[in-house]
Amino acid sequence: MSIEVRSLSKRFGQVRALEDVSFEVPAGSLMALLGPSGGGKSTVLRLITGLEVPDSGTVVIDGVDVTHVPVRSRGIGFCFQHYAPFRHMTVWQNVAFGLKVRRRPKAEIAARVQELLELVRLDELAARYPSQLSGGQRQRMALARALAVEPKVLLLDEPFGALDAQVRKELRTWLRELVERVKVTTVLVTHDQEEAMEVADQIAIIHGGRLEQVGTPAECYDHPANEFVLTFLGSATRHDGFWVRPHDLILTRDDAGNGPGVRQGRVTRITRLGFEARVEVTLEDESTTVVQLPRRELDRLEVERGDRVSVALGSPVPIGDVGTAQPVDQR
Amino acid sequence: MSRYVTRYGIRAVATLYVGLLVGVPVGSVFFRALRPGLDSFWSQITTPPAVHALVLTLEVGALAVALNTAFGLAAALILARHRFPGAALVEALIDLPLSISPVVAGLALLLCYSSTQGLLGPFLSRHGIEVLFSFPSIVMACAFVSLPYVVREVQPVLIELGTDQEQAAETLGAGPFAIFWRITLPSIRWALAYGVLLTTARVLGEFGAVAVVSGSILDKTQTLTLYVDSEFTNFNSAGAYAGALLIAVISMAVLAALSVSQSRERQVL
Repeated sequence: MSIEVRSLSKRFGQVRALEDVSFEVPAGSLMALLGPSGGGKSTVLRLITGLEVPDSGTVVIDGVDVTHVPVRSRGIGFCFQHYAPFRHMTVWQNVAFGLKVRRRPKAEIAARVQELLELVRLDELAARYPSQLSGGQRQRMALARALAVEPKVLLLDEPFGALDAQVRKELRTWLRELVERVKVTTVLVTHDQEEAMEVADQIAIIHGGRLEQVGTPAECYDHPANEFVLTFLGSATRHDGFWVRPHDLILTRDDAGNGPGVRQGRVTRITRLGFEARVEVTLEDESTTVVQLPRRELDRLEVERGDRVSVALGSPVPIGDVGTAQPVDQR
Repeated sequence: MSRYVTRYGIRAVATLYVGLLVGVPVGSVFFRALRPGLDSFWSQITTPPAVHALVLTLEVGALAVALNTAFGLAAALILARHRFPGAALVEALIDLPLSISPVVAGLALLLCYSSTQGLLGPFLSRHGIEVLFSFPSIVMACAFVSLPYVVREVQPVLIELGTDQEQAAETLGAGPFAIFWRITLPSIRWALAYGVLLTTARVLGEFGAVAVVSGSILDKTQTLTLYVDSEFTNFNSAGAYAGALLIAVISMAVLAALSVSQSRERQVL
């Protein structure tokens, strides 16, 4: 079931939360809404859910305009940022809730709840209350609860925001597998670019209430629509007038001359981060540039602080050349 | 060593304070009421005026508590969930019964509903409704003085609860009634129960406001507290003690019922 939002705008009092945002999520795919906090991503999600009403624009789910359809009739599974568990109900009762209010037969509810609890690996904790669960378990319970009613689309607001780093990574992979198995069109909100790039088929970058770019993670990374997208998706540095990713700069010991894109400088700092290293070079014009390279490469070059080096431009990032990505806002 | 002295000293002071202020006087009511024997106690509380006072008190109590529970719940929901002009005024009015003396509350009702000089009294009187010195005025007086309890217990819990769970229920297909019965009400039930308990205790024990508006007419508008007072002033101290004990027992029964149901349905929250 596809989701389509067309020219959504929303104000809260004097604040423009969202302006003219349009994108489409193809059926069965996973879209990440990515951007800094307060940029409007959660508002988009709440508009799709129907918890907020747009000032203008439409929300279309599975070809049907649902802009004015009440929340409970939209066929949406929504996971809140802090999971909003029903604290007075057990895990089992939480997952069964949507089926109970739909007055499904008891046997069907029992079977479906059991199936979902197994899917999210909580079947042994069915009798527990949310307060007795860890953060990750609560998150999985919220997912099972949302999936119980067989929603057409699944919406997740910062699904991993409240979890610690290790659990985040595990759940990320698990969520990706889950979405593929259940085959539900999913939109998730995150401010973590690594998370978005890892789980999503497509990412929509939202900043200051505007849509900056929509595309696959690779498209957005390699062909950012503007400098904001470029710097938000990963570190970038200016070199000889071009924007470039630090790992696309080439560091050499020898004086490679002053060809186009080649600059000389002195190493002012070396940071070793696991398998890769960052080398800060102060160029002759006193500007600094950062080169990122594998540790093995650094060891081979035998570069140390204070050494004279050359920095050459590998491949600059073409900004504004959006490639095959969908068109972005016209500013 | 001095730590123990401090610890036991504080305990002793606290026990002594509560004991002298509450324990001994209440205990002496029990003692004095039951000293002549259970038969005597029973005959004191089964005299027609005593039975009438008990029935009236229970009727008034049931109605006033029901009214304030319904109103309190609605007011708490509105005040916790909506911002509207005049909200601060409503908040202040709800707290008013806590700060003004019940006698003043009674007088206020008297001034308003007096059939000769009241604000609304003459109008109602012309339509055959006599509020004062009758059942409605007693209910109004009791509802007046016990107004704040349900609101003040429930409202902070509702605010703390937020609307996330209700919105989650909505996305799962629940309508307004299902959300209220399955999510909101269970979440606030202990606060609500406690508010109802406080309201009940307050209504059962109300004296000042009821004394002013009811006229304390024997076998007609005499509640239990008024009955105790009139027995006492008529030098029937046995009847007064018996009535006092009855009030205490009813209040304690309400308290016990609540704590039993609470412990039976222990929740992990």
